[in-house]
Amino acid sequence: MTEALLEINGIHKRFGGLHALNDIALTINKGEIYGLIGPNGAGKTTLFNVLTGLYQPDEGKFTFNGRDLFRQKPYVVVESGIARTFQNIRLFANMSALENVMVGRHVRSKASVFGAILRPPSARKEEANIRIRAQELLDYVGIPQHAEELACNLSYGDQRRLEIARALATDPKLLALDEPAAGMNPKETEELKALMQKIRNDGVTILLIEHDVKLIMGLCDRIAVLDYGKKIAEGLPEAVKSNPRVIEAYLGVAPE
Amino acid sequence: MNLIDIFSRQRKTSLISLGLMLMILPWIISHGFESGNSYLRAFDMALLFIMLSLGLNIVVGYAGMLDFGYIAFYAVGAYTYALLNSPHLQALLPAWMMYPPFIVSIILAAGIACVFGIMLGGPTLKLRGDYLAIVTLGFGQIVRIFLTNLDRPFNLTNGPQGINNIQRVHLFGLDLGRPVQILGITFEPVHLYYYLILFFCALIVVVSLRLQDSRIGRAWVAIREDEIAANAMGLNTRNIKLLAFAMGASFGGISGALFASLQGFVSPESFIMMESVMVLCMVVLGGMGNIPGVILGAIIVSITPEILRDVINPLQMALAGRKVVDPETLRMLIFGLVMIVIMLVRPEGLWPSSRRRAELKPQTKGIALQEKDDMQDAERNHD
Repeated sequence: MTEALLEINGIHKRFGGLHALNDIALTINKGEIYGLIGPNGAGKTTLFNVLTGLYQPDEGKFTFNGRDLFRQKPYVVVESGIARTFQNIRLFANMSALENVMVGRHVRSKASVFGAILRPPSARKEEANIRIRAQELLDYVGIPQHAEELACNLSYGDQRRLEIARALATDPKLLALDEPAAGMNPKETEELKALMQKIRNDGVTILLIEHDVKLIMGLCDRIAVLDYGKKIAEGLPEAVKSNPRVIEAYLGVAPE
Repeated sequence: MNLIDIFSRQRKTSLISLGLMLMILPWIISHGFESGNSYLRAFDMALLFIMLSLGLNIVVGYAGMLDFGYIAFYAVGAYTYALLNSPHLQALLPAWMMYPPFIVSIILAAGIACVFGIMLGGPTLKLRGDYLAIVTLGFGQIVRIFLTNLDRPFNLTNGPQGINNIQRVHLFGLDLGRPVQILGITFEPVHLYYYLILFFCALIVVVSLRLQDSRIGRAWVAIREDEIAANAMGLNTRNIKLLAFAMGASFGGISGALFASLQGFVSPESFIMMESVMVLCMVVLGGMGNIPGVILGAIIVSITPEILRDVINPLQMALAGRKVVDPETLRMLIFGLVMIVIMLVRPEGLWPSSRRRAELKPQTKGIALQEKDDMQDAERNHD
């Protein structure tokens, strides 16, 4: 299975004088777990924001599932099947866990203002389906017992899971996770790893930014390494690990 | 029978009894009190203010956009109704446009207010918080100043004199300006208007409730909670925010049209900034984002001054034997004081939504969880 799902080419993004992304090219294939690593400030999150439409790239090509997404609005990107989570959790803190996931269904439901006010049978059915699907997703990520809890009252690990559930609610083809294991203990990380494998086995491609090298190496099919806005390596985990440029970027060069 | 059945049955009974109470309210008031009819007028106004504050609640309470010029939409609705239903523009407008059926007037008032809502919302989409408040404040003033000055170059609004001779409502062949006898009971115009306004008020409550529990209502709250996350979840934040402005404005427009028909007269004086502030007070005092709370707030803020008006003078006479302070001044003073005390004691409002309560008064449970997390984090660092 080497059918390309996401293809970017020659992507540039500048913030004033800072060249945050410099000629980035990536291809993510259907069904793989693709890792993105790099030292702090390498441009990983910027690339993420470009891929999810929150930032508009300055130049380049961006196609997803056969659709041109260059400089498209976030809702178009989500609608075509890319969903994300955030590095520092961004849940709707004062909504219940269930409501958080229900918001994720927004893009896959249609009821207009008139539907909401007049409540024809189709709108009622849709609303009921949103609720059922949201509850299913809470089951799926393993926090069904917290459905009615406010998101801000959940524990840290459960908030991470809830964010994943909310992203899955948009029926993504590509799930982009920004450091999902940050701040987790080894047991939680193991559980997260299992969850990601389950998601992949259910047919969702995963793009993963992570600092936990052990997790990345054990989970990802392919890895790209960014440094100073440039891609310095790409390939199988083992090859990347022994790439001298990668070691240099992480550890610096030994003085002669 | 399970619990939900009992609950919904109880709810049904309480709804029916509430409805009956509201139906006979005008009779209790106008027969039980000396100044009954003026109280009934105050109730009519209270109902109009409930509609206004429910409209503002959508913008401020759900979507979290601070709006200080909301009364402008009330003005737009009132003037739309007034222009269509008074002789003022008879020379300018073709005959078929004048005196449309009541429902058409209301829909037009709502629609034009809605357009104004989008006109305000469009340019201000990127603003939030204080900055949005300043722009909306300006918008409210602009509309009022236009109404005051649009008697030239051609006389659209009749300037500061306002528009009078607005035709009384005719509905189903009934003239609401005259007493009607039904089954031997005489309904005064003030009663008839009460029922008319009550009907629209109930309609707006239902619409508000339904919007709240819909995908649209959830989207509004999500944008208020975290706009970037809402964006990333595929919400078209621009359209959804515009929709909030448009819905809020059209509620204001309906309320304004009913105000014009009740009053028979509109002038720019009714739409000063103080009124915007009052409506915002109702929403904040009652509990932003909670429909029963907002209704409570609207009733308290609009009725209390009326009651104080009747209480202050006799009280002054009894205590001091003469009028010490002008009752109007004292009334606003007491009112202001009450508002300050309530905001100090209950910043989340009198009847807040559970969401808002959690935000302003974190429960101990949340803190306990936070502490547990902190402990876990500390342990992690030792690993």
